[in-house]
Amino acid sequence: MSYSRYVSFKTIVRREIVRFTRIWTQTILPPMITTSLYFLIFGTLIGSRIGTVGGFSYMEYIVPGLIMMSIITNSYANVVGSFFGSKFQRNIEEMLVSPTPNYIIVLGFAVGGVARGLCVGVAVTLVSLCFTDLHIQHYFIVFSIGILTAMLFSLAGLINAVFANSFDDINLIPTFVLTPLTYLGGVFYSIAMLPAFWQQASLANPILYMVNGFRYGVLGVSDISLIWSYVVIMVLTTILFVISLFLLDKGSGLRA
Amino acid sequence: MSAALYIKNLTKVYPNGVHALKGVSLAVEQGDFFALLGPNGAGKSTTIGIITSLVRKTGGTVRVFDRDIDTEFSRAKQYVGLVPQEFNFNVFEKPIDIVLNQAGYYGIPRKSAYQRAERYLKQLDLWSKCHEPARNLSGGMKRRLLIARALVHAPKLLILDEPTAGVDIELRRGMWEFMKEINAQGTTIILTTHYLEEAESLCRNIAIIDHGELIENTSMRELLSTLNVETFVLDLEKPLTALPELPDYRLRMINSTTLEVDICRGQIINEVFGQLSRFDIRVVSLRNKANRLEELFVRLVNNGEHKTNMAAS
Repeated sequence: MSYSRYVSFKTIVRREIVRFTRIWTQTILPPMITTSLYFLIFGTLIGSRIGTVGGFSYMEYIVPGLIMMSIITNSYANVVGSFFGSKFQRNIEEMLVSPTPNYIIVLGFAVGGVARGLCVGVAVTLVSLCFTDLHIQHYFIVFSIGILTAMLFSLAGLINAVFANSFDDINLIPTFVLTPLTYLGGVFYSIAMLPAFWQQASLANPILYMVNGFRYGVLGVSDISLIWSYVVIMVLTTILFVISLFLLDKGSGLRA
Repeated sequence: MSAALYIKNLTKVYPNGVHALKGVSLAVEQGDFFALLGPNGAGKSTTIGIITSLVRKTGGTVRVFDRDIDTEFSRAKQYVGLVPQEFNFNVFEKPIDIVLNQAGYYGIPRKSAYQRAERYLKQLDLWSKCHEPARNLSGGMKRRLLIARALVHAPKLLILDEPTAGVDIELRRGMWEFMKEINAQGTTIILTTHYLEEAESLCRNIAIIDHGELIENTSMRELLSTLNVETFVLDLEKPLTALPELPDYRLRMINSTTLEVDICRGQIINEVFGQLSRFDIRVVSLRNKANRLEELFVRLVNNGEHKTNMAAS
């Protein structure tokens, strides 16, 4: 990457970080409050009656899933909101008329989404420490799965934003696809607790691989092989990156 | 010396079938102040959109300072600065950030970008507002912010797409002076505007597009010299009761103290005054009924429409 490309990339990332930190009460605070409620209700009130899962208290067991859920929803929300907002206000044209290549635009927005995903992930982790002790088993796995997953959902958010024509369109995927898949992706349970058929069906849910990979990094237990977690995340990230680049090169929804 | 902008056989057909450009060819010389005029929907914004890569062309060639926008897009874009017709910045951002970010997209490091941003924001009288959200700026300030943003990477070709739309006359004149200064420093400027007085006073060369076709491309002086008849409005000292008859001149009475007279090429307006004084009519003031370029523009565009209608029938 040449120096001028690096400056362009840094500019987009900085702009994204400034944007979500400026409105922190809408971007950082709400997931902290929501997750606190999850910890309180599912972890403390209901979890105490469930007993242990995989050798851990229910509260400990759901912490990695809830952190991952926050990373997924916030990295997605950041890019879909910011990119569509730029399209809506037409300030995306500032980038389109400049020599910034499309791959830098895609990477800049995606890294901005990763930054928000990780910020919220760290904030939720700090909240979880109020409810339970965390002894992270594999730091590299925690960070690599966290960053890759945030990248994957940032790219997904960008693709959603490219196709979106209204603010309603940017809420469709999170409401009807992302939330159900996240809830059914092993955030609150181990798939070993499911009947055999649903165990197999759950394997088609990509979020299961991310949640379990992350859980392995934090707790050292997982329903899925770690290799498969990495393979699924990296293959999907590559596919979404190629699609994002193709859409920007084609000018879909951006150039007349 | 290569042209600042070279366009050959440019065509654009939108997905809905609208043929916006039908083989436009033109060249803008380096250092020129060039007017690109045409009625609404003529194809001006499509042409500008293609040059700045916001619109994908259907066919043809565009070169900016000899760099093809298809094969050397990065270099070509580096040369172009765009002041768009509509406000297209994030209204929640501060003017300083808007300008700095734009510099960043052009690969200019933050430190030198800040110096440039400060210079242009001060020149355009926006420095005192540079840390306020852009939504708080007045319409004129927003227009000037677009200019500062377009200049921050020091483009060699500046495209101004109706830069003074909705701006009051005092501010507009200030912007004209600023544009003249930028042009005098060597920046080639392409201006589209509906204020033809603006184009006449600023631009040296002119192209007129209508229905996606180039209907005129010449120097401003040459175009204005083709104007055969000008209409002048005469304000009189005393009211008239009847219209005086002047041989060789067509005179119309607008009201008791105002006359209109058509002066053809070769006629001398002093003769009108002389003949009027014989009727004891004294002229207090005199003005053009319409801007000269405006008269030509309307004539050229109407002529084009006439041809289109003839072809259709």
